[in-house]
Amino acid sequence: MATKASRSAARIMMAPAVILLLGWMLVPLIMTLWFSFRVYLPLRGGDQGWAGFDNYIRFVTSSAFWPSVQTTLIIVLGVLVITVVFGILIALLLDQPIWGQGVVRILVIAPFFVMPTVSALVWKNMFMDPVNGLFSHLWRFFGAEPVSWLSDASLPSIIMIVSWQWLPFATLILLTAVQSLDSEQLEAAEMDGAPWHKRFWFLVLPHLSRAITIVILIQTIFLLAIFAEIFVTTGGAFGTRTLSYLIFQRVLESQNIGLGSAGGVYAIILANIVAIFLMRIVGKNLD
Amino acid sequence: MGQIQLKQVTKSFGDVQVIPPLDLTIQDGEFTVFVGPSGCGKSTLLRLIAGLEDISSGHIEIDGKDATDLVPAKRGLAMVFQSYALYPHMSVRKNIAFPLRMAKMDPAEIDRRVNAAAEVLNLAAYIDRRPGQLSGGQRQRVAIGRAIVREPSAFLFDEPLSNLDAALRVGMRMEISELHKKLKTTMVYVTHDQVEAMTMADKIVVLQAGVIEQVGSPLELYRRPRNTFVAGFIGSPKMNLISGEEAAKHDAATIGIRPEHIDVVESGGTWQGTVGVAEHLGSDTFFHIHNTGLTEMITVRAIGDINLTHGDTIHLNPRMNELHRFDAQGLRID
Amino acid sequence: MARSVTPRRKLINTTIAWAIGLLIFFPILWTILTSFKTEAQAIAAPPIFLGFEWTLENYRVVLERSDYARFLWNSIIIAGLSTLIGVAIAVPAAWSMAFVPSKRTKDILLWMLSTKMLPAVGVLYPIYLIFIELGLLDSRAGLVVVLMLINLPIIVWMLYTYFKEIPGEILEAARMDGATLPQELLYVLTPMAIPGIASTMLLNFILAWNEAFWTLNLTAVNAAPLTAFIASYSSPEGLFFAKLSAASTMAIAPILILGWFSQKQLVRGLTFGAVK
Repeated sequence: MATKASRSAARIMMAPAVILLLGWMLVPLIMTLWFSFRVYLPLRGGDQGWAGFDNYIRFVTSSAFWPSVQTTLIIVLGVLVITVVFGILIALLLDQPIWGQGVVRILVIAPFFVMPTVSALVWKNMFMDPVNGLFSHLWRFFGAEPVSWLSDASLPSIIMIVSWQWLPFATLILLTAVQSLDSEQLEAAEMDGAPWHKRFWFLVLPHLSRAITIVILIQTIFLLAIFAEIFVTTGGAFGTRTLSYLIFQRVLESQNIGLGSAGGVYAIILANIVAIFLMRIVGKNLD
Repeated sequence: MGQIQLKQVTKSFGDVQVIPPLDLTIQDGEFTVFVGPSGCGKSTLLRLIAGLEDISSGHIEIDGKDATDLVPAKRGLAMVFQSYALYPHMSVRKNIAFPLRMAKMDPAEIDRRVNAAAEVLNLAAYIDRRPGQLSGGQRQRVAIGRAIVREPSAFLFDEPLSNLDAALRVGMRMEISELHKKLKTTMVYVTHDQVEAMTMADKIVVLQAGVIEQVGSPLELYRRPRNTFVAGFIGSPKMNLISGEEAAKHDAATIGIRPEHIDVVESGGTWQGTVGVAEHLGSDTFFHIHNTGLTEMITVRAIGDINLTHGDTIHLNPRMNELHRFDAQGLRID
Repeated sequence: MARSVTPRRKLINTTIAWAIGLLIFFPILWTILTSFKTEAQAIAAPPIFLGFEWTLENYRVVLERSDYARFLWNSIIIAGLSTLIGVAIAVPAAWSMAFVPSKRTKDILLWMLSTKMLPAVGVLYPIYLIFIELGLLDSRAGLVVVLMLINLPIIVWMLYTYFKEIPGEILEAARMDGATLPQELLYVLTPMAIPGIASTMLLNFILAWNEAFWTLNLTAVNAAPLTAFIASYSSPEGLFFAKLSAASTMAIAPILILGWFSQKQLVRGLTFGAVK
């Protein structure tokens, strides 16, 4: 259904979205690129001329850089693994006939509605607080020494908070996919004598691959950008400084725009590498 | 009014030319059927006439006026789609009224026309239902109702009966034929079913790979197929096409004889063979016959119930005056 | 793939499922419960689950301390308007992609999604400067624009997947019936896509409601939504568990209620129309 008229109409109708997003992408990007080559300290004399590649070199050679990249990747991968694995298990469970399925589903979705600032605060204070947190009560009840979660086990704690927020999403998508699995296929496999783990591995998992791809794509987009969870809990201390957070500190706390912008460019490059990688997979899986 | 003329029309998708230059005139009031195997370009041709696709070159004239660059709405044509394409969120009444509303017609006039159409199509009882609550045949009627209220200069049907079951199809076939007799409006009808083509058409256009193989009335096509493709496509069961030695006897590369033009005889006969499958329909019997010494298996249609079954020997007499002869290019020899 | 099982099996499954559901829900439940305790009860050891004296004192204090209504109103306006404008821009774009696809359609779609992967911090300062220049800092209008832009790719993508399920023949029928393009979108496509559009709007409303980078960094007082309201409870006030809980409950309650009431659409929305 394509005529010249409808094709030109399509171009016009697509224009607002494309132009807006192009502007949203290019304008700040060009400004960031520009600042990244300047010595720019708004509180200490403003724009002080060209910096060449100094900002780039300083940002990478700073002792905080590589740990922050590592932290970012650990958080993203950790949350992805936890949410996908538990998401599949819960989805398979919820797919079984159970009483009160609708209510259980509501309970499982609920964390998705909680804004990140709230969940970070609630977890930090009411659960992970080493003195009054629920976990410390629990630990003491079993005679163990309470843990200072956000300083002694900071990364796992953050991964756990973020996983709690994203588990509903993964579960729901995977549940929808599981429900569309053809039960005759499974029964045929059962007739053929395939044990349950083989049925899972050769039938269920391949069927879920598309859903898993979607989960990974969407979550990675959001996980690379997590901010509030760190801002509220540790403020980037105790080895929880992600690349995003490092740049945030350079820009806002140290007010070094040039350096922060160079970091921004690195982050953009990193995001693009991840994006290209993901888009490849997703592009294949999308039709 | 509703004469449609295609002049040197072509259509390409990318590098693939699906319709090579094609000329065709559809006369006002004519019931024209485009028929051919799937993928032959018949639906594409209809969509070109409708304006849902651009033609790559050539001209389309409707009532003598160039319509090549007109948008679908301005061509004065109405179309009935294979999937009916009813608006699922509107009642039957609103579906039928939609084209009139788009034309900004006076509401009283819209009501009058919708009610009239519903009357004609036996839809009055369902007028406030949604399409989802209707059966296939009723949906089909709504789609036709939506087409007729506009009083278009021509109707376009894109395989409208292919989603209906066999019994309903026969009924709807007659309804559409009757509608044509009543309205006397040009109708262009696309189908892959040659029975529909034979029973409904004033004029059949047989297409293959975007090329018109033959244009003519149903009986012309049946009696004088222009080539082996039309010969094999029109008629059911299919014409027997025989090549090799037997054809050479008649100075042809291929000879064709319709199953109903071969007589079953007690003994003797021009050909003899063994019955493979015998299909007893009561009124007719179809025999599929092997071992005749001919290049192809032969199908024979005999009137009545003849008591021969698998493995029996059968004697056949083709009627020589009904023999069709084709040359090496598959073209008819007269 | 659900099939019949023995009652015993069903009982076991039910028990495990409920246990997991309650475990996942527990932090929210605990927060809501704590919001009705006194501060002393909130940190009592061992923790009190239900046997406490219910009080509304915390809500009174929180409402007194900050202008909750203004934060709430800002959240509603910002999330609502950014979603509405986003959908208005995305519907035509998604129509183009779904019904007049070209070789580049998929590339454009993936490119749009990739703009979502641009790290916000990377462009925080430029946006900040632009906002100062245009006088948009701490304004609802500015946040509406930014949140609309960051969610636009997702809105386009979701609508695209929903539109693709609508048979093109119905739109062609509208065209044959004399509908102009705006009429085709307004009278035929949009009504048919209502469930999909509703899911899309719902999900994006929630995403905008919970967005916590731009809303924290581009607002101060006037335009600050509930994310900022709750962020002000970071330490040391956060140590007052009961008040923190009351504030948290007030911040999430509207969206929690909205989400539960529209569960069906939301489940559809959450799957981004991409999984069937």
